[in-house]
Amino acid sequence: MTVPLLSLQGLTKAYPGVVANDSVSFDIGEGEVHALLGENGAGKSTLVKMIYGLVKPDSGQMLLRGAPFAPAEPRAARADGIAMVFQHFSLFDALNVAENIALGMENPPEMRDLAARIREVSETYGLPLDPFRTVGDLSAGERQRVEIIRCLLQDPKLLIMDEPTSVLTPQEVEILFKTLQKLRAEGTSILYISHKLEEIRTLCDHATILRLGKNVGECTPSETSARDMAEMMVGSSLQTPQRKTREFGEVAMAITGLSVPAPSAFGTSLKNVHLTVRKGEILGIGGVAGNGQDELLGVLSGEVLTAADAVKLHGQPIGRHGPTARRALGVLAAPEERLGHAAAPDMSLTENAMLTGSVREGLEKNGFLDWGKTKDFAERIIKAFDVRTPGPGNAARSLSGGNLQKFVIGREVLQNPDVLVVNQPTWGVDAAAAAAIRQSLLDLAAKGAAVICISQDLDELMEISDSFAALNEGRLSAPREAAGLTVEEIGLMMGGAHGMEVAHV
Amino acid sequence: MDLSAINPVLLIASLMVAATPLLLAAIGELVVEKSGVLNLGVEGMMIVGAIAGFATAVESGSPLLGFFAAAFAGAALSVLFAILTQFAQANQVASGLSLTLFGLGLSALMGQSYVGVKPPRMGDIHIPVLSDLPVVGPILFGHDIILYFGIALTAAVWWVLKYSRMGLVLRAVGENHEAAHALGYKVIRIRILAILFGGACAGLGGAYISLIRVPQWTEGMTAGIGWIALALVVFASWKPWRALLGAYLFGGVTVVQLNLQAAGVAIPVEYLAMSPYLITIIVLVILSADKSSAPASLGRNFHASR
Amino acid sequence: MIRLEKRPQPSRAWSLATPLVAVLATMVFGGLLFAALGKPPVEAIRTIFWEPLFGEFSFYYRPQLLVKGAPLVLIAIGLSLGFRAGIWNIGAEGQYIMGAICGAGAGLAFYPLEAFYIFPIMVIAGALGGWAWAMIPAILKTRFGTNEILVSLMLVYVAEQFLASVSLGLLKNPEGFGFPGSRNLQAYDSAHNAELIAGTGMHWGVVAALIAVIFAYVLLNRHMTGYHIRLTGEAPRAAKFAGVNPARLVLFCLGMSGALAGLAGMFEVSGPSGQISIDFNVGYGFTAIIVAFLGRLHPVGILLAGGLMALTYIGGDIAQSNLQLPAAAIQVFQGMLLFFLLAFDLLTNFRIAIGKPEVA
Repeated sequence: MTVPLLSLQGLTKAYPGVVANDSVSFDIGEGEVHALLGENGAGKSTLVKMIYGLVKPDSGQMLLRGAPFAPAEPRAARADGIAMVFQHFSLFDALNVAENIALGMENPPEMRDLAARIREVSETYGLPLDPFRTVGDLSAGERQRVEIIRCLLQDPKLLIMDEPTSVLTPQEVEILFKTLQKLRAEGTSILYISHKLEEIRTLCDHATILRLGKNVGECTPSETSARDMAEMMVGSSLQTPQRKTREFGEVAMAITGLSVPAPSAFGTSLKNVHLTVRKGEILGIGGVAGNGQDELLGVLSGEVLTAADAVKLHGQPIGRHGPTARRALGVLAAPEERLGHAAAPDMSLTENAMLTGSVREGLEKNGFLDWGKTKDFAERIIKAFDVRTPGPGNAARSLSGGNLQKFVIGREVLQNPDVLVVNQPTWGVDAAAAAAIRQSLLDLAAKGAAVICISQDLDELMEISDSFAALNEGRLSAPREAAGLTVEEIGLMMGGAHGMEVAHV
Repeated sequence: MDLSAINPVLLIASLMVAATPLLLAAIGELVVEKSGVLNLGVEGMMIVGAIAGFATAVESGSPLLGFFAAAFAGAALSVLFAILTQFAQANQVASGLSLTLFGLGLSALMGQSYVGVKPPRMGDIHIPVLSDLPVVGPILFGHDIILYFGIALTAAVWWVLKYSRMGLVLRAVGENHEAAHALGYKVIRIRILAILFGGACAGLGGAYISLIRVPQWTEGMTAGIGWIALALVVFASWKPWRALLGAYLFGGVTVVQLNLQAAGVAIPVEYLAMSPYLITIIVLVILSADKSSAPASLGRNFHASR
Repeated sequence: MIRLEKRPQPSRAWSLATPLVAVLATMVFGGLLFAALGKPPVEAIRTIFWEPLFGEFSFYYRPQLLVKGAPLVLIAIGLSLGFRAGIWNIGAEGQYIMGAICGAGAGLAFYPLEAFYIFPIMVIAGALGGWAWAMIPAILKTRFGTNEILVSLMLVYVAEQFLASVSLGLLKNPEGFGFPGSRNLQAYDSAHNAELIAGTGMHWGVVAALIAVIFAYVLLNRHMTGYHIRLTGEAPRAAKFAGVNPARLVLFCLGMSGALAGLAGMFEVSGPSGQISIDFNVGYGFTAIIVAFLGRLHPVGILLAGGLMALTYIGGDIAQSNLQLPAAAIQVFQGMLLFFLLAFDLLTNFRIAIGKPEVA
């Protein structure tokens, strides 16, 4: 038997209160695309950080081509031929592509030579990139190319990719897969981390499945059904949300011809956005990250003010209404960033309940606050949405991502909104909590509320949306009925692959 | 009032002298801010540098030794700031303020026996022929060595930030410390080095005031120059050559203002004396529209977590 | 290897304990400093902390505590509102000066008329003077995004020059034999902020400071504006999401702290100090920054911290005359206190763990 490229033996890493990895062992062969599969919080990130030298294991060892391998820092890992493309890109917005790449190399050549090499590699692998563009101006797909090229310039033996497709359109995913297949043909091994089962089935030769920090099984993805892999990953059978067919009412909220300049140097401007959502309808808005999702939520929640009649609620102009005035009228929102935007990390859950609940729950009178009533409201949220916490006095940051997300969504849903806008409602949330959150959105719509769900998870949108539109560079495509849309069509609405004709329906 | 008493050549020469402490402190702070740290303790480090340099120069008789001591003292004080912000994760604004308050007290304590003492003089360089040229001579070739050091330092910082690997890493840390950490750079270590450099520069700037510009020791003699240096970094949009330009502009304002006082212009002395501060405010207002060149991680603490 | 672990939530116990630990650490290191200066350390510390309260002449010093503490508390309360929201007014010294000038100016404008309404007018003028001076950085920040730290500080130097100017000109005592400085307000009954109860040090400034503490407590804990202040400091984006208007908050916080600093200056000039003079200000505006942090930006904490800081001032004076301890040593001592506080504050949000570093 040949010696595997990298062999992990009994890796264990514990953090206070949680064992992130519990004696994990598996091998990655030469020229193999190896999938590491698991839910959020299963310990995938910790594991790859150990391989990349960012975290030291408490016990266990690694062998690289049979020799002990214990990188003290990423530099050492890189020197041994390990390269990594991060989920949240480790890029510097204000620097240009070549400078970004130089930062990831041990002995970068002169800038001019480096630029030439970047051009060369990017052409070889079909990843066009201008070395002198400022990274902050690039799209998510292009930014990923910067990371990949940074890795490729070092001729890695093992390329680690952490959820690489979460920021790509379906067309861009295809291009990425061609690149990865080419790398495999050249003998590079790839450790591919994902929770998207279909991708793994098309790309990977072998899969290791993690659950709660343990290796719970291995399989050959092309020979295993997605359902079987999903059940190994989750550990129980999945509940898919229940949806009832329903009639839509009149138009609840409408945006017409809205353009908003970018809020910051590297933000996205909204360009001529039209949107309507009816009572009882769930409008899903897809798109790759950084195409105007945050900005659109800001316009809907009232954080960004616009011309009065650009945003209408039941036909009344509300574009000049701030968040508090909109809440009074029944327009509620839950932003993507839980800590720091939807909730204040160091404040208690009670105080966070006050954050959006003050108007509709009557928690304030003439500016004076009723903390008793607020605590009751927080307790109601905790109970109704099964938020796991010792009590409402605990700080928001002490909750896990999924629990805090349930709290944030629950806080808005319990206020009986007429219109609810959510951005990435289940990002980083475990499957059970995600299902609960989706069900609550469906229930809300069934009661007659209009729901706008902005998400980068297409599966989620297809599961709950009645109609679907996509954001691409600040433009919103015309909405289509969700039922019957193909992946190809969705991809085109999201802007296709970079450099292709942009499709506007 | 006698404006003819103002000699334009001497005015420019003394402008360069007035600008040098500002320039030294601002270049140091610029590097600190480029690494993503906001140290509001410049004033405190300057004044401690001023007395440390003064005392050393008086005791040893060597102004140059005084400057070394000043740089060391400034850096030593900045260690406190580094400990607070980089290890104890304290708020950078509060820590910087405390550095200034502490430095003012400490310098007063250290300087008690030096009030009214004359320091040894630092000689101006003298290059035969060149220094004797009319106009050009006194302006370009008749200063002390530290003034030229300030200009050389500006050039060096400019080159390092723009062309060297070290500068690239420093900018990267100031831009996005999470990403820099993920790539394996020692964020905390790099920042501490930058803070020490800033402290040493501020110390030098302070000593320049007490040993050359004034030269004597009085309590609180930096009189807000450290704060103006902070404003200058904003003015310069974090670019070294613009910091030099800004320092000369402010130096010019100070010198003109002093010359006008001496010439007995009909404006009350107090109003002339407040003019540098008012002009700083006006410049800040004009330039604060553009924040895009500020390092993105400026003022945010970094703690490596999982 | 010692390393830090972030606590899941801030520790309440440590939050209360750190000021005490910081005071103890300052006593130890301050003692070392005094020893280095050749003074008996224990004696010096005892003089500073014990003598004013329980010493032989405490009947004289105790009222002084109120006199020194009141402006510190008044200013620090105002500053703490802004600091909580991440709005850094560090120019309270300038606002204090302007409040004093406006308050004294308003009073002197009536001289020698005696009327009950003069003092209230002076109070209003003092508050307005400080408020207006603080509105300069506030408006520049909201209109042009100018850094309020630098502007408010620059204005201290401007105010000091202005103070010199009025002491020598506009407000100079016409019967002062050409000496700089205004008429003494202590000698002008309608404008005199006299002791309310003789021999206690209790003057209107002390009353105002106590009212400010109560006001700030209610504001921060029971009122929407206070909630918005805290929210803005903790998470600015969340505050915007909650509907906070950041510009209005800047105007409120800076205006409030300016008005309170102005009041402090006005009560000082019309009471303990008595006259506008070139060296009227003694750094209360800067020391109040220490008081605000030492009091954990909490109203009750500030009240206690103000008392403590007043103690070091008075104790320092005694040590100066009894032990020839230099005045600057007390300044260092106060600076040290802030250092230790910031350093030990770490324990509120982190716990120290001993073991292998997790991050290479």
